[in-house]
Amino acid sequence: MSVRVALHSRSFLERGLLLLVILIFLEGTVLTLGAASSPDISAQDNTGGHDHLDDHRGIAGSHVHPNYTKKAFPVLSLDYHHIQVPFEISLWVLLASLMKLGFHLIPQLSSIVPESCLLIVVGLLVGGLIKLAGEEVPPVLDSNLFFLCLLPPIILDAGYFLPIRPFMENIGTILMFAVVGTLWNAFFVGGLLYAVCQIEGTYLSQVELLPCLLFGSIISAVDPVAVLAVFEEIHINELLHILVFGESLLNDAVTVVLYHLFEEYSGAGEVTPMDVVLGVICFLIVSLGGIAVGAIYGILAAFTSRFTSHTRVIEPLFVFVYSYMAYLSAEMFHLSGIMALIACGAVMRPYVEANISHKSHTTVKYFLKMWSSVSETLIFIFLGVATVAGPHAWNWTFVSVTVILCLVSRVIGVVGLTFIINKFRIVKLTTKDQFIVAYGGLRGAIAFSLGYLLDKNLFPMRTMFLTAIITEIFFTVFVQGMTIKPLVDLLAVKKKQEAKRSINEEIHTQFLDHLLTGIEDICGHYGHHHWKDKLNRFNKKYIKKCLIAGERYKEPQLIAFYHKMEFKQAIELVESGGGVKLPSAVPSQVSMQNIQPKKLPPPVAERALPQFTKGREEEIRKILRSNLQKTRQRLRSYNRHTLVADPFEDGWNDFILKKQRLIELEKKMTEMSNYLTVPGATPDSPTMCRARLASGSDFKAEKGGAKVIPDPNAFYNIKASSDGVPTIQVDLASPQSPDSVNMLNEFSKRGATGQGLGQREGADRDEDQGLMMKPAGKGEKGEEEGGNKNPGLMRCLSDPGPSNEDEEDEPFLP
Amino acid sequence: MGASQSAGTEHEFQDLADRTGFSLEQIGNINKRFRQLTNNEETLSREDLASIPALDNNPIRAQIINAFFDKRNLHQNETGTVQEIGFEEFLLVMTHFRPAAMGLTEEERENLRREKLRFLFNMHDTDSDGTITLEEYRWVVEELLSKAGIIGQETAKAIADAAMLEVAGTTRGKMEPDEFYEGITFENFLQILKTFDIETRMHVRFLNMDTATLRCGKSK
Repeated sequence: MSVRVALHSRSFLERGLLLLVILIFLEGTVLTLGAASSPDISAQDNTGGHDHLDDHRGIAGSHVHPNYTKKAFPVLSLDYHHIQVPFEISLWVLLASLMKLGFHLIPQLSSIVPESCLLIVVGLLVGGLIKLAGEEVPPVLDSNLFFLCLLPPIILDAGYFLPIRPFMENIGTILMFAVVGTLWNAFFVGGLLYAVCQIEGTYLSQVELLPCLLFGSIISAVDPVAVLAVFEEIHINELLHILVFGESLLNDAVTVVLYHLFEEYSGAGEVTPMDVVLGVICFLIVSLGGIAVGAIYGILAAFTSRFTSHTRVIEPLFVFVYSYMAYLSAEMFHLSGIMALIACGAVMRPYVEANISHKSHTTVKYFLKMWSSVSETLIFIFLGVATVAGPHAWNWTFVSVTVILCLVSRVIGVVGLTFIINKFRIVKLTTKDQFIVAYGGLRGAIAFSLGYLLDKNLFPMRTMFLTAIITEIFFTVFVQGMTIKPLVDLLAVKKKQEAKRSINEEIHTQFLDHLLTGIEDICGHYGHHHWKDKLNRFNKKYIKKCLIAGERYKEPQLIAFYHKMEFKQAIELVESGGGVKLPSAVPSQVSMQNIQPKKLPPPVAERALPQFTKGREEEIRKILRSNLQKTRQRLRSYNRHTLVADPFEDGWNDFILKKQRLIELEKKMTEMSNYLTVPGATPDSPTMCRARLASGSDFKAEKGGAKVIPDPNAFYNIKASSDGVPTIQVDLASPQSPDSVNMLNEFSKRGATGQGLGQREGADRDEDQGLMMKPAGKGEKGEEEGGNKNPGLMRCLSDPGPSNEDEEDEPFLP
Repeated sequence: MGASQSAGTEHEFQDLADRTGFSLEQIGNINKRFRQLTNNEETLSREDLASIPALDNNPIRAQIINAFFDKRNLHQNETGTVQEIGFEEFLLVMTHFRPAAMGLTEEERENLRREKLRFLFNMHDTDSDGTITLEEYRWVVEELLSKAGIIGQETAKAIADAAMLEVAGTTRGKMEPDEFYEGITFENFLQILKTFDIETRMHVRFLNMDTATLRCGKSK
């Protein structure tokens, strides 16, 4: 922290400047938006004011009162109207992004106040400024805009990255909270509000029961946007997070049904028992229908992505478009669009991820994150603006009773439901958990938009409702949102473990799954492990086959995980450039020799050059680097072709070959160190064997390619044709000494680094450069061979992930 | 005969219930299943377990079956395997899969955790020498991937090696090249699975669970 502070104080000036820029932007934005949104008004009082204002009004006014005299320059004219809508949208987005940027410059502030609160405050300020400027505040949080543009990205992001496993494990609890809990809240709040309204002296006696219930159903739903915004900052443990978040997602169906039902009944006026039954059926149709629509689109998306290998660039688009279609289709029938999006995202993800290229996957991830965060920012800002804008009808009784009832019903609901749920749960919810679940029930913009949608003629008290909704939102977001973090700390609620998933954990997750399935089978009753296992096998056998291209559908989860991990490490390796410390420190700290159970005899004969002079080392590196560049270029052009032609032919073994390549390089380094001055060593020399062993004995021997091939060139030729003949013994007979290993390790590190760097440089270089033969020709050739056989390798290593800045200047040479 | 027999088992069950923490209903259920598996014999053999059709698809079937006949899991301070087990032993193995009870103290939780992890560890440590060697770990992963066909077999070794490297890296920190990591000890095992919530994950829902009678999972 102190470091951070220091850093910040140093760049204080910069920060101040940036803030100033933001402020200026803000001012400009506000005035423009205000002016632009109401050109008529601005045209009317176009007399005087201040400079900024005049400018903008001039712009707006010039179109309203067109000047019909002939212009000197007919081509040049101000036509703000022409670009007004997209311009305003861009301005809002820019404002939102700048705000987000701004908050991260003030870490002290955002550590106390959640971002959502800050954004609402910004919205309030912007709205206030617009109002101060004498303009009419634009109706920014229009329901159409909200439901069709702002909400889907957030929900898709949530659905696509939904942690399926904890979600499914707790589905019962989540559903209980989402369905029963929301129903309870709606009726409790609605009913009691009505009762309060009937009390004399509140001047609310005109409020009837049905509008009260409608209001209750609007206000009772926990809002996914608000929950996400707050819970992402407090890093609560996975269970609590999924409980609150899952509830906020799934209660949409309840809210939609209740909302439409009550709206309908308010119009009709009469409710029969039949209507209640119909309501229950409606709920089932809305929720299950939404899920079905989402699942269909999800499967379609997965199926489509099977064939996109030729047009990688539009791959990500399918994910977005299909999801959006799912949302719109569901909304069209008044089904739950949120459920549809969640289902769509969750269904398509595993298959799409296997089908699309890594780059496309990164694109999908980033687009989702980008859109959702901009949407979220905009929603909160708009909420602030709408607060300033809206006509308010403040009624102390109504508002305060609403806030209190919401809290009370939430607490009773959670405690009561947990009491029932805990009878069935194996992992019980503790009192602390219940508190957080109850306290985390934040309301948000969905409620506001639903309230906004109400018909003024049908509901004369709409304004009062809106005011109460806004107050409730503000109360939950500000009071609960700001205090939940200290409370979590105070109660010592278990936090999320930040550790990245290790391969051992993955192995044991799988192991445990099978073990528990096995135990259930032995016990002779079919619990959920049994059915999960059945489903998994069905998925593997039929669905994956249909939806995943190539051979990858056969890949078990563990292998997929392993490849992903390896892949990540490779990327980190590449990204770390010439750094001394490798991020994936584990494998580089301990090498294969440490765990290889065979002890080796000491070296026999020549202890080949354990030491290099500085100069020679330099030379070697230079050679290596230039060679790598050449190889790289050739690979590149070749790969670009094959990547398009058949990217998944090799499927899983891309990764293995990538690893192979690292090993080869390592080996080449050793070899070079040994033979740089002594060319033409026999392939069977002990050094050679040692190198072979040291670098990747296990791997190679297993592949059966190591021993049988006498030629070192061919040695690199790793075939997957495992003939099952174990050749380890032969290899291991060769000498190995601590010293040589030491040197080797160092080299492998550098080599790997060098490779990454070389590749990167190679990618940027001119492709026309010829292939130079260097003393390490052997290795080079091998490299080439290995590379050519593995086009997919390119894909991995050329894909450095998000932070793609060029590191050419990274010091390869110390 | 029937009456005395059932009275005897009743008493026996009560005794078992006290010792294992299962409820009488659960024990009754498990006993029913045990009889079914053994064809009403007193003891259960490997063949009985191997003949369960649902287990055929389980990649770690062999390990699961072995665990039932492993003396270490039967709360005896000896190693090795037995050929046949009685109902009591069967039940003892099952106790490892009991869910954690409410309101455990930190210490109890830790004990439960150790006990469950010890069960897993013993499953991996096939030669009972207290360490999981690379060979043993490879075998674990191979078994795990044994249903994945040729791909699985080829990748299994690489995965096991990577996992082993990870363990060595986590538990030892930086190692000199000539050092040798002989295998995963139980302490190491605890360490690498520190974030793995075994106490909330390793459980099976036993039928007729009566939450009121469940005591916390202390097994003597």
